[in-house]
Order: sequence, then C-alpha cells, then structure tokens
Amino acid sequence: MKIHEYQGKTLLKQVGVEVPVGEVANSVDEAVAIAERLEFNVAVVKAQIHAGGRGKGGGVKLAKSQGEIKNIANSIIGMTLVTHQTGPEGKLVQKVLIEEGMDIVKELYASVLIDRGTSRIVFMASEEGGMDIEEVAEKTPEKIIKEYIDPSLGMQVFQARKIAFKLNIPAKLVNSATKFFMGLYSAFMKFDCSLVEINPMVLTGDNRVLALDCKMDIDDNALYRHKDILEYRDITEEDPLELEASKHSLNYIKLDGSIGCMVNGAGLAMATMDIIKYYGAEPANFLDVGGGANEEMIENAFRILLSDKSVKSVLINIFGGILRCDTLASGIVLAAKKTHLNLPVVIRLEGTNAEAGAKILERSGLKFVVAHGMGDAAQKVVETLKN
Amino acid sequence: MSIFVDNNTRLVIQGITGKEGQFHGTQCQTYGTNVVAGVTPGKGGESTLQKVPVFNTVADAVDKTQANTSVIFVPPPFAADAILEAADAGIELIVCITEGIPPIDMVAVYDYIQKKGCRLIGPNCPGIISPGKCKIGIMPAHIHREGNIGVVSKSGTLTYEAVGQLTALGLGQSTCIGIGGDPIIGTLFVDALEAFEKDNDTHAIVMIGEIGGNAEEEAAAYIKKNISKPVIGFIAGQTAPPGRRMGHAGAIISGGKGTAAEKIAAMKDAGIYVCDTPATLGETTKKALESL
Repeated sequence: MKIHEYQGKTLLKQVGVEVPVGEVANSVDEAVAIAERLEFNVAVVKAQIHAGGRGKGGGVKLAKSQGEIKNIANSIIGMTLVTHQTGPEGKLVQKVLIEEGMDIVKELYASVLIDRGTSRIVFMASEEGGMDIEEVAEKTPEKIIKEYIDPSLGMQVFQARKIAFKLNIPAKLVNSATKFFMGLYSAFMKFDCSLVEINPMVLTGDNRVLALDCKMDIDDNALYRHKDILEYRDITEEDPLELEASKHSLNYIKLDGSIGCMVNGAGLAMATMDIIKYYGAEPANFLDVGGGANEEMIENAFRILLSDKSVKSVLINIFGGILRCDTLASGIVLAAKKTHLNLPVVIRLEGTNAEAGAKILERSGLKFVVAHGMGDAAQKVVETLKN
Repeated sequence: MSIFVDNNTRLVIQGITGKEGQFHGTQCQTYGTNVVAGVTPGKGGESTLQKVPVFNTVADAVDKTQANTSVIFVPPPFAADAILEAADAGIELIVCITEGIPPIDMVAVYDYIQKKGCRLIGPNCPGIISPGKCKIGIMPAHIHREGNIGVVSKSGTLTYEAVGQLTALGLGQSTCIGIGGDPIIGTLFVDALEAFEKDNDTHAIVMIGEIGGNAEEEAAAYIKKNISKPVIGFIAGQTAPPGRRMGHAGAIISGGKGTAAEKIAAMKDAGIYVCDTPATLGETTKKALESL
C-alpha cells in the first residue's frame, strides 16, 4: 500500500527520524492558517499524490512570504499534476504539505528494501541525492553504497556508521546520520514496509540531518498487523474499478485495450494478456479470479469488466483442474444473465467435466463461443473484434 | 526416478484439520502419497482422513511417524511460524502452499532454513508432484502422467497448462514443481534445474517464468554452463505495465528491471527453446526431443 509523504513523515517521527516542521492542508485556508500558526515566512508547498517526480511537474514550490504561500497553495490544490509516474492523465492534487524552508548544505539518498537476489534486507545510500536513483544505478553504479542486513542480528550501528563515512558526511554530523539511518531501518521493520526511500535526505547549515522527502510503501500482506496504518489508505488515489474489484477479493488491473479477460491464476492471467497481444489485439485488463472461482465471483468479475466501456469482447480462460467445469459453466451462464451481458464471449474451460461444461454454455442461448486450448481461444476472441 | 519427492516421501500435513488441509490432504492421499501424520495445535490425539494421526507439534509427528516431508496449509499470519517449526523438527523438505506471507517474515525464515540445511518449496506455490509416485499440493492429479519431462514454474495454473499439453501429446513428466510467485522463495529455478540435470529419467526440462526479479536470467546463465538437456521456456507478462504487481507479489517490473524482454533475451542466448505463447509449450517440447 502506498501512503502519502506527510503520512510517511508522521511514521518517521515516531522512530526518531527528524523531518522538517510542517503540516498538511486540505484547502488554501488551511494552508494559510498553518503558515500563520507556524510563523513561516519561507516555506515549501508540496503536492501530496502517490507518485514521484512531483517537483519537475510543478507540484513542489518555494514560497518566500505568507502571501506567496497562499498563492502557491491556491495554484497547486486542484491542479492535475502530470509526472513520469502518473501517466499522461495525471493526478488531481487534493492536499498540500506546508513545510519550513531550510538552508540545505548537502543532499543525499537513502533507502531500505528487500533484495530478492540475496533474500535479505538491504540498505542503500548515495551521495547523488535528489537524483533519479535508477539513473544513478544505471550510469554510475559505483556511487551506490549497499549494506546487507544479517536477518538474525538486524542492522548494526557499525553498518550505519560505515555508510555515513562512505557518504563523506562531515565528522561532526556522523553521529546524527548514524542515528538517522538506524531510524530508517527501524521504521522499515516496525511498519512492515516494502520500501522506505528518502530522496533527498539533507544536511543543513545549522547542522541537522533530516528527511526532506519520504516515500514509504507498506507491505500489503502485513497490513493485518497495522490497523492504524490501514487508515492511511487514500482511495481517491486508486482506479475506481480496481478499488471495486479489491472489495470482492478480485485481482484486477485496468489496461488500455478492448478485450476483457477473466482468468484463474496470476501466471495464466498474464499469459492470456500476452497471447491476445500476440494475435494482434490488446487486453483491457488483468483479472485473476483465484483458485475457487464460483458464481458470485464470476458475477462480480463480469460487472467490473462491463463497467469498462472500452471492453468490446470478453475472453474467459479457466484451467480449473480440480474445479468442476459443469458447475463453473452454470455459474457463468447465471452471472451473464444477471449482468445482462451482451458482448461476444469466448470461453475456454479445462478441468473435470469440461465436455459437460461446454454443452451447458452452448445450450444457454447466450452469445458464447466455446474454444479448445489457449491459442484457439485467443484467435477466436480477436476475430470477434473484426465483426 | 524423479526429484525431491517419490515413494520414500513420508508426509506430514500442517493445518490438516482446516478446510484446505482436509480437501487437498484427501486428494494427496487418494493419489497414493504416504500421508503419515497431520499437525493441528490442540487437536493432538485425534485421527483424520484415512487413519492419519493428528499431533500437536511437528516434533511429535516426526518422533512418532518418522515424517520427512511437510506440506503447509496454514493461514498467512501463522505460516512463517509453521515453516520454522517444520525446519526445527528436522523435516528435510517443506512445501508451503500459503499465499500472503509478509516478505519481512520470509527474510528471517529463509535465513533459518539455510542454516538448518533443509529445502523449502514456495511459499505461494501449487506444490510438487512426481506422477505415479507422490503428489504434494493442490495441483489436479489427473492431468499428469508418468514420464521424462521435468517441469519447473513460478505459476500454478500456467504449470497445469503446460502439463495438460504435454500429457495430451503423450509426454509424461518425471516431476513438476511450482516454486512460487513470491519475492522470497525457498527453491529457485537453478535448484530445480540442477536436480533435473542429475536425474537420469528426466530427458527435457520445461521452465516457466514471469516478470519480476532476475531468477530467470540467473537460470539462463546456469543452463548455458551446466545443463546438457533441452530446456523449453516461456515468460509470462510480456504485456504487463511497469510498476504494477500482477497478482503474484513478486511479479512486478520495478525501475525498468525484471521485464519479459530481458528474460527472453537471456534465455534465447542460453540456447533455450523460448515459446512465443504458452499454447506451444507442448509442441515445442516434442520437437526439441525429436531433434536430439
């Protein structure tokens, strides 16, 4: 689960990581009130959306007076911010973070994540703060410092100190930086993060070490242990169809094509998208209905597929295995009738009683095309677009 | 022959009295898997399935029944603990079906099983089957047939897809293993490949990967160097958008890394027969065997 910068900073403060003084505003009036109360004459106004690259898109601005804070907040709240991570449609800004301005001496990069190659937690840092870290990793990998964490020990102070010295942090700030890094690691563990990324962390003229920005992703699988963080979920940041699907435990991702897909299993669902493309059309979505696809789930899945108006045909690809295809076919017929489905539907069912299942579909009076095998199914569904 | 599981497997089912444990436990037992014990804390002393004794702890089960393999059907909040318990009890092979274990928990589990020297398959996987000998997991038994193709895959239903095609073409399987779609898993492609290479009854290997991580690239490098048998491959997720998790926790292109294109290039470079679509996995395997 993604959370906003201001929410991540609230969590960082709980583990003793220093962040700039500031508060979040939902309106221009709130922004002005915050600036007055905190006596800001210089402040940074930052758009709060779930995407990086906000600065380049015009969503982060420096204000040099309270009047300017008001004007800038006014221009950012309500704007549609487009960054390299939002897609061309951009995201509507509903909140801004108002923070103290500061005298930055040096910008650095720090992050904690799980390294799949070693199956360990890795702490990464770089002197190239404020830059796109993927670009740094690509062009100058030697500028990225990595410390792997021993799972039975956890991160040790010497490791944090080692990072601080490698980053050429001035001796007088090494202790603060060490504490800062240990704090990031404890945040990662305490809040079950999949990523904590501080870009930039800054050293200031008044000798402080702070997290100027904060990107924190919480691991979805661990949310059951964090009821409080669950309240940070911002559903306005999510695609409405994906949100609806998640309520029914369906794994759905909207794409741009015209063939709606309903598949059991994530790998088969991806491969189904791929084979549609291979035969010359584009998938409208990824949809994994899971192992126990029953009538209710199929009905919900149909509703979601059909609310995407760009869907022109539907491909159902179920490799049931243990699932009985006759039961499944009856479920599909009932769900199709309930949802008034009138698009062409190509169905490929594999598993116990596949023949009986095919008969039920053919006799249903609905526009079902029964396919045999994945290749056949994909070709048939692509064909329906041509009519 | 086969790899990892066979007629010598003595299985303990963790979570045997739960809904999944009951259903799939019955399926495994019906297939002929030697299910020697079950574990559900608090239900020790009972008996379930076809005369399978239930124990409170895995240690008790191992002590009384000499179980050497375990399968885990335990909900995600308790599954990491179940793996650790099995490893501590001296189980040699642990198959974890559960999906949704927090990766931070898996970091500690992975470290522990390395130290214990046991093998973990999964989590978030369909399990492992050596057709005609032993089935451990949730895969449909009837699509399999005894034979000489080894199958290794990150995905469940896509494995069934491949197996279904192989069987339809008369190509049986030595062992089919689902390694799981999570970012941290116990058995990697290279582990399965190494075992298949050593297994005299495996004549060709089907390897099905997906976007995310670089296990497929590592496997390709390993194959180039160490595998003499033909390998037939497929990568799912060629049309997946970057930055989105495609169902499996590990299936994500992040920072431009883990794309299908990179994996396919590495696999082709290693001499693997890479299929454009999963619909041709069976045919391609047949042709690869014929050209030997």
